[in-house]
Amino acid sequence: MTTATLHDVRLSGATTSRNYINDEYGALSWLLTKDHKRIAILYLLSISVLFVLGGFFAMMMRIELLTPAGDLLTSDTYNKFFTLHGVVMIFFFLIPAIPAVLGNFLLPIQLGAKDLAFPKINLLSWYLYMAAAIIGLVVIVTGGVDTGWTFYTPFSTQYSNTHVFGTTFAAFIAGFSSILTGLNFIVTIHRMRAPGLTWYRLPLFVWALYATSVVMLLATPVLAITLTMLMIERTIGVGFFDPSLGGDPLLYQHMFWFYSHPAVYIMILPAMGVASDVVAAFTRKKIFGYRFVAFSSLAIAFLGFLVWAHHMFVAGISVYSALIFAFLSFFVAVPSAIKVFNWTATLYRASVSWQTPMLYILGFIGLFTIGGVTGLFLASLGLDIHVTDTYFVVAHFHYVMVGGTVMAYLAGIHYWWPKITGRMYPEWWARLAALLVFVGFNLTFFPQFILGYLGMPRRYHAYAPEFQVLNVLSTAGASVLAVGYVLPIIYLVWSIWFGRPAGPNPWGAVGLEWTTSSPPPKENFHETPVVTWDAYDYPAMMKAMGETQNV
Amino acid sequence: MSDIAAGNEHHHHHPFLQHHFEDLGQQHEASTLGMWMFLSTEILFFGGILCAYWIYRVMYPEAWALAAHQQNALYGGINTIVLIISSLTMALAVRAAQLGSRTWQLIMLFTTLIFGSIFLVVKGIEYSMHWHEGLFPGSHFTWHEHPALAQKVQLFMCFYWGMTGLHALHMVIGAGLLLWIIGRAWRNDFGPEYYAPVEIMGLYWHFVDIVWIFLFPFLYLIHGVHHG
Repeated sequence: MTTATLHDVRLSGATTSRNYINDEYGALSWLLTKDHKRIAILYLLSISVLFVLGGFFAMMMRIELLTPAGDLLTSDTYNKFFTLHGVVMIFFFLIPAIPAVLGNFLLPIQLGAKDLAFPKINLLSWYLYMAAAIIGLVVIVTGGVDTGWTFYTPFSTQYSNTHVFGTTFAAFIAGFSSILTGLNFIVTIHRMRAPGLTWYRLPLFVWALYATSVVMLLATPVLAITLTMLMIERTIGVGFFDPSLGGDPLLYQHMFWFYSHPAVYIMILPAMGVASDVVAAFTRKKIFGYRFVAFSSLAIAFLGFLVWAHHMFVAGISVYSALIFAFLSFFVAVPSAIKVFNWTATLYRASVSWQTPMLYILGFIGLFTIGGVTGLFLASLGLDIHVTDTYFVVAHFHYVMVGGTVMAYLAGIHYWWPKITGRMYPEWWARLAALLVFVGFNLTFFPQFILGYLGMPRRYHAYAPEFQVLNVLSTAGASVLAVGYVLPIIYLVWSIWFGRPAGPNPWGAVGLEWTTSSPPPKENFHETPVVTWDAYDYPAMMKAMGETQNV
Repeated sequence: MSDIAAGNEHHHHHPFLQHHFEDLGQQHEASTLGMWMFLSTEILFFGGILCAYWIYRVMYPEAWALAAHQQNALYGGINTIVLIISSLTMALAVRAAQLGSRTWQLIMLFTTLIFGSIFLVVKGIEYSMHWHEGLFPGSHFTWHEHPALAQKVQLFMCFYWGMTGLHALHMVIGAGLLLWIIGRAWRNDFGPEYYAPVEIMGLYWHFVDIVWIFLFPFLYLIHGVHHG
């Protein structure tokens, strides 16, 4: 095996010592913890529950769409299910998933710090998340909401008699959780780096989290004020967005997408960071064009603020502003492509290890590319008018959000699972699950591109009979995908007790997180590390290993 | 890096040094940067509603001019002065903390709290006047001067109540934080080595003050837009 490294030799035997998991016992020691690693575990548990819930709504929709007739769910129930699927998956899974679980756990360790800058605020952000999730659950149990996750006015303010207030209030609270996480990360990256850890020595995961945090910090408050105005309008009947009272519903859409387009980058940027770390670890190479990849994250974060109205091409905005927004939207492709090209260049002539995290990331690169390129179709005004509000759009953003973010999240979970738990997951089962996820995903969503192009509109529980074959394929794919998602839940939990002990560095990877024991001690490092190497300095490590083997 | 090595000599003694920081300097820099980041979030929060205000102002200049005329610029002006003075005393409180003077800290913090409270009382008087004039949006809203513009004036009043309400909420939170800081100053927590809480309290207070400096002209003063 190639997995034994210098660190293994130096730190073996340290795994049985005290770590963040066995440092204290009892529920309160978890619920009142200020340890970023424990808070990451709290997030992991809570977002997993919400992911299963969001997946349930998705599965019910797919089952409904097996037949052209609306026979399983009434149209009202179907409206609620697609709304709840969107709300739960976006606000309670995709946005917090990688930052709040993997970022929380790894950021201080990758920086050589003992904790995030503000541990109490970190715990507070989990409680805010939980408060929002509980409000969301109350909404679901008491009847749900049917506006779509975008809460467009005037339907949300005047006509819908479902729980719009509760849902928007939950999203509002979840937003503050996200803002506080972003704030904590930015300050930590600026102020808590270990001696010698300069900006250009940071793992690209840290750069990606930095760019993500900037978006969280600057976009989320606009959602907060927009939802506040919506709640005021719905409660006391004034007309911020009501044309009959002098307001303008388009203003709501502008303000909503000013957050919600950048929010797409909150979801995908951390995934790109995971991809960079994993690609380097499983090719044993430095990431090609490190600085380009680093700055492309910031470029995506910046450009993300300039393209929001491409969600409104058919909403009645002026054709000139639509032209400008279409033009700007194309620019987002440049930094995204820089990343894809640099990962590909890193893979070129590398000896790739085909372990589970790498399988997920290879899937990620391909699926994200399809999602990104179809985004360019949608940014083109003429084509967008043809496919807007069809399954083409649904397929596009699922390729980015599920094919991109969820694949990278699973890659990250598998890659860092040995660090988080101290145990290896079962590789064979994990590869099987990765394969099922990849096949299931494509079978679910590729037919939807065709369906959309043929004109099947989204958000209806019934459809024309000629669309049935592709819909059956899609539902079959969703079933495979569901198995692919359930498997990791089972074998990861199993591995906590029965997995092989991982040792500090099972991948032979470079990075501060692999220099401490697995699971890490409460204070992460027994003494503050001093960094003298570049990020992903695999060539130097390979050379050092060669030398020790010669001795 | 050299200052971290230097910090190691005395960092484990100060009672307010949190365990995950190397020294008080790092802790201070982290907490001030944290507050600046929070304020950048706040700018976007108020910026959103201010932007919406501005769009409707451009759409309905006459109604906006009429409605701004309803505001009592005297009360607004008094409140502006009150807040500027409170910002001065807040800044002096930070200075007193840096110099380690407990007495001056307490005097300045109390004065800031009193001026903040005066602001809220004056704002409350204005709110009560508007309430009785029927200028609260919703079913009670009454406006007879130019019936054609009534809805738009109501829209202005939505922004008036919304923006000043959010600002007042920030003032109330600021007053609560001041009470907490006063309690800590009373215990003599702050001195030349450790004064970050007073400083970030000051940053917050000045920010809330600056928000008012924007709201005052937008809501009270600019009614001179000429008919479209």
